[in-house]
Amino acid sequence: MKMQFHGRRREPNMPLLLGLLAAAAVVTLVVATGLGPVSVSPATTARILLSRVPGLASHIPQTWEALDQNIVLGLRLPRVCLGMVVGASLAVCGVAMQALVRNNLADPFILGVSNGAAAFATLGMLFGAFSFLGTYSLSISAFIGSAATILCVYTLSRVRGRINITQLLLSGVAISMMMDGITSIIKLSAPNALGLHNAEFWMSGSLAGAKWAYLTLPLVVLLACMAVLLLNYRGLNLLLLGDESAGALGINVRRLQKLLVLVASLMAGTTIAVSGSIGFVGLMVPHFTRMLVGGDHKRVLPVSALLGGILVVWVDVAARLLIAPEELPVGILTAVVGGPIFIWMLKRSHREKG
Amino acid sequence: MLRLQVNDLTYSYGDREAADHVSLQVGRGEFVGLIGPNGSGKSTVLKNIYRGLTPDSGTITLDGEDLLAMPYRKSARKLAVVGQENEVPFDFTVEEMVAMGRSPHKRLFDIDTPRDRQIVHHALEHLGMEHLAKRSYLRLSGGEKQRVLIARAIAQESDFLILDEPTNHLDVSYQMQIFDFIKRLKVTVLSAIHDLNMAALYCDRLYVLQRGRVVMEGTPEQVLTPQRIYEVYGVHSAVERHPATGKLSITFLPAEISA
Repeated sequence: MKMQFHGRRREPNMPLLLGLLAAAAVVTLVVATGLGPVSVSPATTARILLSRVPGLASHIPQTWEALDQNIVLGLRLPRVCLGMVVGASLAVCGVAMQALVRNNLADPFILGVSNGAAAFATLGMLFGAFSFLGTYSLSISAFIGSAATILCVYTLSRVRGRINITQLLLSGVAISMMMDGITSIIKLSAPNALGLHNAEFWMSGSLAGAKWAYLTLPLVVLLACMAVLLLNYRGLNLLLLGDESAGALGINVRRLQKLLVLVASLMAGTTIAVSGSIGFVGLMVPHFTRMLVGGDHKRVLPVSALLGGILVVWVDVAARLLIAPEELPVGILTAVVGGPIFIWMLKRSHREKG
Repeated sequence: MLRLQVNDLTYSYGDREAADHVSLQVGRGEFVGLIGPNGSGKSTVLKNIYRGLTPDSGTITLDGEDLLAMPYRKSARKLAVVGQENEVPFDFTVEEMVAMGRSPHKRLFDIDTPRDRQIVHHALEHLGMEHLAKRSYLRLSGGEKQRVLIARAIAQESDFLILDEPTNHLDVSYQMQIFDFIKRLKVTVLSAIHDLNMAALYCDRLYVLQRGRVVMEGTPEQVLTPQRIYEVYGVHSAVERHPATGKLSITFLPAEISA
């Protein structure tokens, strides 16, 4: 009789869950904006933020100092917002890649996509290889790098029309080492030292130096990709059953896979361009989301996005507080936490099979 | 009336030809079996028909239309497949798995309607699995999983079923249960079958595949003779009509008797 109840899952109450997560995101926004080497109390932060809402400004007396306002609006808020967008994009990118390769161990960082994007972006940064593309040259070069890597890893890990997990992880490792090598060569032959320093810090993944201008492209890409993925949620679910079953259930598998490569590269490329590589978010967040709401993408996508955003903002808070006034790159912290979780998931996936 | 017409279907994995100029037909309401030894191409032929693979050459016509040019959603409304499911590392409930059968009926912006839920519920009820609706699919037994996939095919509401050896590694009781159930659905069936006795019991017509080619076709009585079984499988057998079923019954003979 005990087995009867094993594995039974209660239907998650989605409106409640999404409401709670949205509330948590708002609280995160306010509290995290106040936290840093110079702290601003949540109440003051909230008032400063509210004073910027059109129509409310006249109702809120200005009781705070100009310095606080500068820190909140000029420094922290763009950073926290960027953290939200980057976290959400990375988590959703992980979901898309996992559907593409039918494995929950896929993540832009583990499969070398971040390194590919970094290699191409460094090329652009240090040599201006893509400068003819204008303001967005960094984003576009990172996008090209991630698309190239996803295609490479995907093609290499298909054995007789099926994604082989060993092949997948190994080709991910191989590609990311290759891309790292390429990045090193580019850096060593860099024409200027300042660019090199910037490239170094950027590559270890950081949200420091966030500007409002950084936010537009990743936000637009996130919203567009999210809409595309949500519209195709049935297809994503079916893709998890394998190409053959998906085809038999009315999915044009080739087309959907191309779409996923495009969506995942766009999200990986644009976020990596503004934040460098922040690893394991795309691995951890979808995994815990599935534990919470099951495998249906209709639920996994929005919940992952919210959780990813909240997670990255808080990790970033830790990054600027742990060794304040110095800053840790966020990517290093997520790697320290995410690495062990990846190993645990790898162990578990073997146990389930055996 | 002819429902499925396959002409000269050829498919190879790399340099290994797995289906070699295969031609076959399935008429409305027929239960057609594909038999043949392991690796003879049964599954490859079926996968090409249900669009899991794309043929290198040949034509496939379903209800008078070119299947290969048909939108996937449309072919999935006409044809449902019960196959051997790959292991999925993602957790879905039984209900969610069955509800996936509704997806070919859905356009991009459609949401699940009460009618969809009703169809899913009926499909589960049909197989006596309502009580498992909220359970995790991953934790079911092999036989239960297979029943979920049949429920999914029923929810798909097509009247043509392709069975890709769904009963292969199930206990005989489950095998019988599943074939009996499918027989009662009164739909058109094309099935790969491993077990010759099962083929004799349930099929109206059989195609025999050997090394990717169709080497024989006909009723079980025409196809399942001791000589032909020996030609294809390399084993001796005794075939007789069983008094209880009125169908052929095949007994394989060990070397010391047949020698």
